[in-house]
Amino acid sequence: MPTLECNFSGIKCLNPFWLASAPPTNCGEQVMRAFDAGWGGAVWKTIGEPITNVSSRYSSIDWAGQRMMGLNNIELISDRPIATNLREIAEVKRRYPKHVVIASLMVESKREAWHEIVARAEDAGADGLELNFGCPHGMSERGMGSAVGQVPEYAEQITYWVKERARTPVIVKLTPNITDIRMAARAAKRGGADALSAINTINSITGIDLDTLVPNPNVDGLSSHGGYCGPAVKPIALNMVQQINADPASVLPLSGIGGIGSWRDAAEFILLGCGNVQVCTAAMHYGYRIVEDMADGLLEWMRQKGFETIEDFRGLSLPNVREWKHLNLNYKIVARIDAAKCIGCQLCYTACWDGAHQCIHLDRTLPTPDTTRTPAQIQAVSSTRITTTPIPKLDDAGPQTAGTPLDRIPRVDEHECVGCNLCSLVCPVEECITMERIDNMPPQTWEERTASPTATH
Amino acid sequence: MSKPLLFSDHPPTPAETRARFPDLHPALTPQAAIPEANRCLFCFDAPCTTACPTHIDVPRFIHKIASGNVAGSARTILEANILGGSCSRACPVEVLCEGACVLHHSGQQPIEIARLQRFAMDAHQSAGAPLPFTPAPASGHKVALIGAGPASLACAAELRRHGIAATIYDARPRPGGLNTYGIAEYKLPLAESLREIDLIPRLGVEFRFNTTIDAAQLEELERTHDAIFLGIGLGAIHALGIAGEQLPGVTNALDLIAGYKSGAVLTSPPRVAVIGAGNTAIDAAIASIRLGAEEVTMIYRRGPGQISAFAFEYEHAKREGIRFLWHTQPAAILGTERVEALALIRTTDDSSFHLPVDTIILAIGQSTHSHVFADKVSTERGRILIDRATGQTSNPRYFSGGDCTNGGREVVDAVADGKRAALGIAALLTGTRREANHADIRM
Ligand SMILES: Cc1cc2nc3c(=O)[nH]c(=O)nc-3n(C[C@H](O)[C@H](O)[C@H](O)COP(=O)(O)O)c2cc1C
Ligand code: SF4
Ligand code: SF4
Ligand code: SF4
Repeated sequence: MPTLECNFSGIKCLNPFWLASAPPTNCGEQVMRAFDAGWGGAVWKTIGEPITNVSSRYSSIDWAGQRMMGLNNIELISDRPIATNLREIAEVKRRYPKHVVIASLMVESKREAWHEIVARAEDAGADGLELNFGCPHGMSERGMGSAVGQVPEYAEQITYWVKERARTPVIVKLTPNITDIRMAARAAKRGGADALSAINTINSITGIDLDTLVPNPNVDGLSSHGGYCGPAVKPIALNMVQQINADPASVLPLSGIGGIGSWRDAAEFILLGCGNVQVCTAAMHYGYRIVEDMADGLLEWMRQKGFETIEDFRGLSLPNVREWKHLNLNYKIVARIDAAKCIGCQLCYTACWDGAHQCIHLDRTLPTPDTTRTPAQIQAVSSTRITTTPIPKLDDAGPQTAGTPLDRIPRVDEHECVGCNLCSLVCPVEECITMERIDNMPPQTWEERTASPTATH
Repeated sequence: MSKPLLFSDHPPTPAETRARFPDLHPALTPQAAIPEANRCLFCFDAPCTTACPTHIDVPRFIHKIASGNVAGSARTILEANILGGSCSRACPVEVLCEGACVLHHSGQQPIEIARLQRFAMDAHQSAGAPLPFTPAPASGHKVALIGAGPASLACAAELRRHGIAATIYDARPRPGGLNTYGIAEYKLPLAESLREIDLIPRLGVEFRFNTTIDAAQLEELERTHDAIFLGIGLGAIHALGIAGEQLPGVTNALDLIAGYKSGAVLTSPPRVAVIGAGNTAIDAAIASIRLGAEEVTMIYRRGPGQISAFAFEYEHAKREGIRFLWHTQPAAILGTERVEALALIRTTDDSSFHLPVDTIILAIGQSTHSHVFADKVSTERGRILIDRATGQTSNPRYFSGGDCTNGGREVVDAVADGKRAALGIAALLTGTRREANHADIRM
């Protein structure tokens, strides 16, 4: 029976699912409900000197009728007094001793200020501390948040001050708004951090209202750049996670954040080496209840794969990410269309002609293959076709529901196919276009090829 | 220019009748239209487009709904089909675009193309936007179009795009033909048909109503015009040729439909027999139910497998509670002052029986005209013979399209015929060609 119980940087966790520091962890009442729903931990909404938020704080990107593919916010840290937050942390820990509460902190870049907040958070019973060096707006203008995270020396210095006082694990939360995230990670490590978390939100302007010409979110006719998160940022987060975990000077226990909403997302972050994951947008979109399937789905997958614990698969995909020069240049795949599954939308055809290598053709019903007909020629023929409404019992034609007509099923010219994947990516039918291996040469990388004296590349 | 001619100033269908014929396929809300539009795959060389007789570029107009460019979506539709709104309501899409949607092949519901089309066209109407083209400079050519149904309307609009003058003649006081007077109100309300046709005079198309063309007038039209388009539709509903047919209480499906749509018929007698089982017969039977009939029986000499109605029309009729008497044929209409009963014979065993009824609606197909055009153009079984690609008849200066050439199909077929004929006429007169589809849209 697999288990989700795990240990993150010495902190025992019921499961690897933590709520990220954000509105879902704003107060004790929320965090306790989240624990009841099944979350293993919560990183408290960042605590510091209370701020004033603006009204209208979020905006989002919808895509193809789906809401909130990406979320943007211009919210600051907690607007509640430090004492209130700490009192509620103490209360939560008293009632939920097995659940993890991490205090996210952000104060002025002064040694005493950090010493004081660290002591107070730990006295309240926090299981660990997360240093918010990531907030990309508002706080950075006051010399906090990403203003710290973007300057490795500052990050190192503050981490060092915190470590002088801290008794619990110190997690440094990194900003992605930096050219190379490893610089910040290395600085945190030098400063003595016990763990890292990444990523915080990405600088963004989500869009502009085409009536008012004001970007979103609109604050009395003006807007400001905000922090982007949600499903859209997951690929960026995964890349940064991989960069950190593949860098010996950076690597520390890493809490993965960014676009996580399902057990699949969680598995992917853990496969790239994360010890646990944090979630914000998905919980804001659908509520705490999403954690039930995150746990259930991950356990089911672990069962199928034969993994007993999170540690069993943590980092397994890391060796599979290499530099480009280490890839096999002689690996060759081509697209194959399963005619039985094809529905005849011809998206693969138009994609290959306009976006790839013009090697998909509509010639199955022609006497001989014809690779010269262009999309325009094919459409021109259709537009001159005369169609009439079929009359039942008079015309045999009617709705075509039996199967895809052969002339609508495209054919791949395998000699010309470069194996780019595009057609299989656009095909709306699962497993209809598969990429089949056809190479017969021994593997050779670019590095190997250019190393040989008669190199051509 | 004086106040534009507004056909929709026509007295509307009585509100009470409208209430009895609510839309069969109600309008989509934006909340429903956008996700539905996003479900469309945006197929290449889309089969839904090919299946549409007017070849509306379906994925293109749906994509524009998804992007929020609803005005552009309507222009895309009108570019191919000037009666895009009427067609979106009246087309039997199950056997046209939606029947061809590729999603059938993966076991999914097809895209609701017609309702999306109506969504764009309703928006176009409420914005008061014109047709998306302006007439070309006058070529000096003139065409007379006989009949103001969808074939002539489409032909005239297309002719104007080529700078050819177009004058439409119709025996009725309003345009649209069956589009206006012959389609069930729950599919295409009379007011909607006229509202859409209102846009056509703005292209400079001239109308002459209450005008039946006789032989002398035809000679005159021939003399004064470069070509003549025949969009005359079909003639009256066939008579049964049995005793009692003249009794009050005997009517026909087209008169009933035109009657209730225009307000002349407000209710139905309680017991109704409909003779025939085509689409129009079903329209009349359902109309009787909606107008208050208690018992509606459809009488057909063969079995359910032989009816000419679409399967979905038959299903609709059953849902409305219509009764079917199969393998049954009328022998005589009985009654003294007016209809009292129908004498029927079972075709299976020749047994006979009586069905007491208050009214009988004939719907066994329309005849063709025996008209002044018969010696101008070749016909076959009453249908005018045309070259399908150009609409040209055996007489090079006569073109034709719609029901009078195909024996009675759909509005969309008539529109497609009319448009092709206009291109044929333009090619003949001006030597110009314009691709019927995919023309660039400039406003
Ligand atoms: C409205 C909002 C407020 C946030 N506030 C904080 C914060 O106070 N401290 C912090 O470290 N991160 C904050 N974040 C960032 C999240 O903790 C998280 O790093 C980010 O949203 C990416 O995760 P996701 O894609 O699951 O949302 C905030 C995010 C949102 C959307
Ligand atoms: S893999 Fe690329 S090149 Fe090959 S058929 Fe598909 S789209 Fe074309
Ligand atoms: S994209 Fe897929 S379903 Fe569509 S035509 Fe190509 S193979 Fe067939
Ligand atoms: S066939 Fe269906 S999915 Fe494809 S373009 Fe037409 S409506 Fe859209």
